[in-house]
Amino acid sequence: MAQKARFDAPLKLRSGTELPGFELAYEAYGELNAARSNAVLVCHALNASHHVAGTYAGREDEVGWWDNLVGPGKPLDTRRFFVVGVNNLGGCHGSTGPMSPNPATGKPWGGDFPVVTVEDWVESQARLADRLGIERFAAVMGGSLGAMQALQWTLSYPERIRHSLVIAATARLSAQNIAFNEVARQAITTDPDFNGGHYYDKGVVPVRGLRIARMIGHITYLSDEAMMGKFGRQLRRAALGFDFDIDFEVESYLRYQGDKFSSYFDANTYLRITKALDYFDPAADFDGDLSAAVARAKAAFLVVSFKSDWRFAPARSRELVKALLDARKIVSYLEIDAPGGHDAFLMDDARYFGALRAYFGNIEL
Amino acid sequence: MTSSEQALLAARPDFAAVARWVSQRARVLDLGCGDGALLRYLWEAREAPGYGVEIDDAEVVACVRNDINVLQLDLESGLSLFRDGSFDTVILSETLQTIRRIEQLMREMLRVGREAIVSFPNFGHWSARMQVLLGRMPVSEELPYEWYNTPNVHLCTTTDFEDLCRKLGILIRERVALHQGRQISFLPNLLGSIAVYRCAMV
Repeated sequence: MAQKARFDAPLKLRSGTELPGFELAYEAYGELNAARSNAVLVCHALNASHHVAGTYAGREDEVGWWDNLVGPGKPLDTRRFFVVGVNNLGGCHGSTGPMSPNPATGKPWGGDFPVVTVEDWVESQARLADRLGIERFAAVMGGSLGAMQALQWTLSYPERIRHSLVIAATARLSAQNIAFNEVARQAITTDPDFNGGHYYDKGVVPVRGLRIARMIGHITYLSDEAMMGKFGRQLRRAALGFDFDIDFEVESYLRYQGDKFSSYFDANTYLRITKALDYFDPAADFDGDLSAAVARAKAAFLVVSFKSDWRFAPARSRELVKALLDARKIVSYLEIDAPGGHDAFLMDDARYFGALRAYFGNIEL
Repeated sequence: MTSSEQALLAARPDFAAVARWVSQRARVLDLGCGDGALLRYLWEAREAPGYGVEIDDAEVVACVRNDINVLQLDLESGLSLFRDGSFDTVILSETLQTIRRIEQLMREMLRVGREAIVSFPNFGHWSARMQVLLGRMPVSEELPYEWYNTPNVHLCTTTDFEDLCRKLGILIRERVALHQGRQISFLPNLLGSIAVYRCAMV
């Protein structure tokens, strides 16, 4: 069941801006043990939320985004661990974000909501951990952008993380990654309905931009092989139309994904999330030396990449593993030969889930 | 020694030889570590913290289950993830014969480690020689594969291996030949079915 935690002390953001108090939507599964040693934080990526596992009464179709992994008897077993999912600050699933009222004006923040970063998310999550009485997490875990938080936690709060599971990650975006994000942002900000982010009170939504942003993003989440396997060159109609309507199944799929996404996700949140991705670079303060940047971590790491992931390819994960080895950290690394592309981190794979189950099983409480 | 350790040593007699040359609390890298049994043994016998490198999916998951630090990497692409001299001992235990680029790997082992321990099935053992003499590729306990399904690409004798070390400027500090768990000191290249070497750069 989703809950909310309100924090009244201002939060100084990495940008220098101060957020005057905020709310976080979160969900928790299992029980915090008496020693408070069994808490696991699950961080979400781009479009997910605090709803990590299970369903709500009466809304059985809204299954948590990592329900195949998290739950009773699952690899992250909620009979043993107390699992917390949080909607990131700046999100659109219940935590304070661009849709929330700006206390200075009483109207939605809209385009005035500050740009938040991975570091800021960790700061806000640390306050939630304090509130829940979790001094030290048994583990923090995430995939993609969630993995960046799992890594940042070990750097912001080395004493508070025993294990960090960094899945389908990169320690910094490449120029190509940033370029894809910029195309997505351009799609949104050039939509005539965007209005500089102040579209809520105008009764419009930059749907066209958000659709295209999602379509581009979606292509980068899948591998060529997975798309070919799923759609091939299959036609949607009896023969080629020689017009600009949908010919191929893959076009129909992308439009469907774009429509679905733009019906529930907020464009202002999307913009900010892409910036959080672009800005993440813990090595930046160390002249680009990632080994020096991770030196302060005290956690043991499990790094997992997927061979078909070209968005954050295995080479990016190996850079992180190398840095962790240089810094003499405890690390294991798996390179899973799964076909699913970047999204493989969300999919059940016997090797991947088997390793996660074994890893969590060995965490002492 | 626990009963599980005894069973392990019976199954892998080279483990004891390897462990003798690993000093207390040494940093160890085990290349081709399988399910991590040797690293587990070294941790228990020597308190030596280690990393394993393994390519096989099932073995890697087994390492995680055995609470061994494992890195799923292809040895053929080198050891570029490891800094110079970052390990006390680098172990290549009964894996040499499956490696394609042996010269590169041997150099890399002694770049990242101060010492290397290499064990391999000795193709010079009399039973292998006899089988070849009788016109067949050898099949034995140490070399259980048929010629058509073997993962081994570079089989050698102890004399061959020592020649390679000389060529690469590698110093052999110690060597042991084993057969059925027992140390062989007489005619090791003829009577030893497993060879274990302790090497360093000259």
